Amino acid sequence: MGLRTRKFLASSARYAVALLALAFFLFPIVWIMLTAFKTPSEFLKSPPVWIPQTPSLVYFEHVIQTGGLKALGNTLIISTSTTLLALLIGSLAAYALARYRVGGDNLPFFILSQRFMPPVAVIFPFLLFFKALRWMDTHQALILIYLTFNLPYAVWMMRGFFMEIPREIEESALVDGCSPLGAFWRIALPLVSPGLVATGVFCFIFSWAEFFFAIAITKSQAVTLSVYIVNFFGKMMVQWGEIGATSIVSMVPLFILSFLVQRYLVRGLTLGAVK
Amino acid sequence: MVATTEALTLKSKTPRRKRRELIPWMFVAPCIMVILLVTVFPTVYSLGLSLTKWEIGLQERPFIGLGNYIELFSTARFWHSLLITLLVVVVGVSIEFLLGFGLAQTLSSQMKGKRVIVAALLLPVMVMPVVVGYTWRLLWDAQYGPINQIIGWIIGQPFTYTWLAKTETALLAILVTEIWQWTPFMFLVLLSGLAVLDPEIFEAAEIDGASGWAKLWYMTLPLMRPIIIVALLIRGLDALKFFDIIFTLTGGGPGNSTETLSFYIYQMGYQFFRLGYGAAASFVLLVFLAVFLTYLLKAFKSAVGS
Repeated sequence: MGLRTRKFLASSARYAVALLALAFFLFPIVWIMLTAFKTPSEFLKSPPVWIPQTPSLVYFEHVIQTGGLKALGNTLIISTSTTLLALLIGSLAAYALARYRVGGDNLPFFILSQRFMPPVAVIFPFLLFFKALRWMDTHQALILIYLTFNLPYAVWMMRGFFMEIPREIEESALVDGCSPLGAFWRIALPLVSPGLVATGVFCFIFSWAEFFFAIAITKSQAVTLSVYIVNFFGKMMVQWGEIGATSIVSMVPLFILSFLVQRYLVRGLTLGAVK
Repeated sequence: MVATTEALTLKSKTPRRKRRELIPWMFVAPCIMVILLVTVFPTVYSLGLSLTKWEIGLQERPFIGLGNYIELFSTARFWHSLLITLLVVVVGVSIEFLLGFGLAQTLSSQMKGKRVIVAALLLPVMVMPVVVGYTWRLLWDAQYGPINQIIGWIIGQPFTYTWLAKTETALLAILVTEIWQWTPFMFLVLLSGLAVLDPEIFEAAEIDGASGWAKLWYMTLPLMRPIIIVALLIRGLDALKFFDIIFTLTGGGPGNSTETLSFYIYQMGYQFFRLGYGAAASFVLLVFLAVFLTYLLKAFKSAVGS
């Protein structure tokens, strides 16, 4: 076999593997998306129909009529608020950890370790507090509880970004009489703005998809999309069309966001360990 | 001379200077307070809960020492849920790693449309786990699911196996689902690890006549070691909390046979309102987590430096 044929075969094999992987990883997503446009006689047919013959938006209308917009609004409010809080409190702390080495090595690693706290380990105390405060089923309860994972994440990620920018500019500003807070806010923070945005997007994604706390804390007023979708899975009947429509609504924003932070995906998902 | 330096250091410790030293701590203070409030305090409180008999309908919440833990360790359902959790962590994450590594190796060289392929392969990571669970529930469905349909095409006759109604295949379904969602993560991380390896040492090895396997075993794997460890540990820590997919894919069933520890604790708290007992079980989870975490922090210290 010549070198050329071997190279050709190797590259064809690579494309074959890529194609196979694409089929496996995209098929379920395409399937649930298509389900949103099928009629019950199509998704409740054995064997199932793959391509909807009379696609309509009826399930999206139904989702809107049955509180889907409210769930979407709740998800947006809660995810945005907890993200902004985590960025504000977190980047200030991260700056002190990176620049002034507050608490040496131990404090940053302690904060990082809190990121992995399992929700089941903190949920019962929260349940009792929120009951006492009458905070059950409210936005603020979820905004606060989502800080359990978002704040440690924001601190750790932002610390990494701050450590990458040269400190000379801030030092000369400090010599010129700028306060430390001013150096943080006017000089360091603008320099790490791409990192700040990426960290924020990841906090937003984690909050958006969260389920455990949401189902434990909310009931009707503050339900997020992940809890809302559970309503369509009845004991007697499963409303697959509505599940498909809600799935699309929940997926598409995250797909778009993940494209926007593509450059930071590895770093964001590995908590900065791989850059 | 000595006296002057002493005077200078004394002078530099003026109140103003002291305030300057305090400022960084003031930057960290809000964060530490929130973390104390949302993670440390609840964990300590939960430890207290785990030592009391906290159940619905009880007027008193007596201190019962290790009573909850003793009951826990003598409950078969608890051990079973721990076993399922570890199964997902060990088997699921290992397969994710192998598949992800294979894919990364295959797609690491230059090819047309690579960016689009990588971006598309990553989409499963961005789907809510709750949605992932329902989607696969529909895919595995005995009558309405395409999996049985495709098997039917292959064997040439209708196939209506109820995957989720039998423990063994329900477990298989859970593993496949977990692997489907998280193999892309492994793939992406390992792909970026492969991208920074120096191609020159591989060329040198090729000239020396090293085979593909030898290069993989003696060069790629050792060089990738830090990244592989971090990827495995991050995935493992996440899988220890496995809950959402169980909730929507099998609901812990058939029976309680596919319950993970998180699911079991949730059931104890929300179905039976046994908060003390549930808290005790959550501490067992925390112990496993702490072991993984110790290794992860070590890996971080060597990977990121400090």
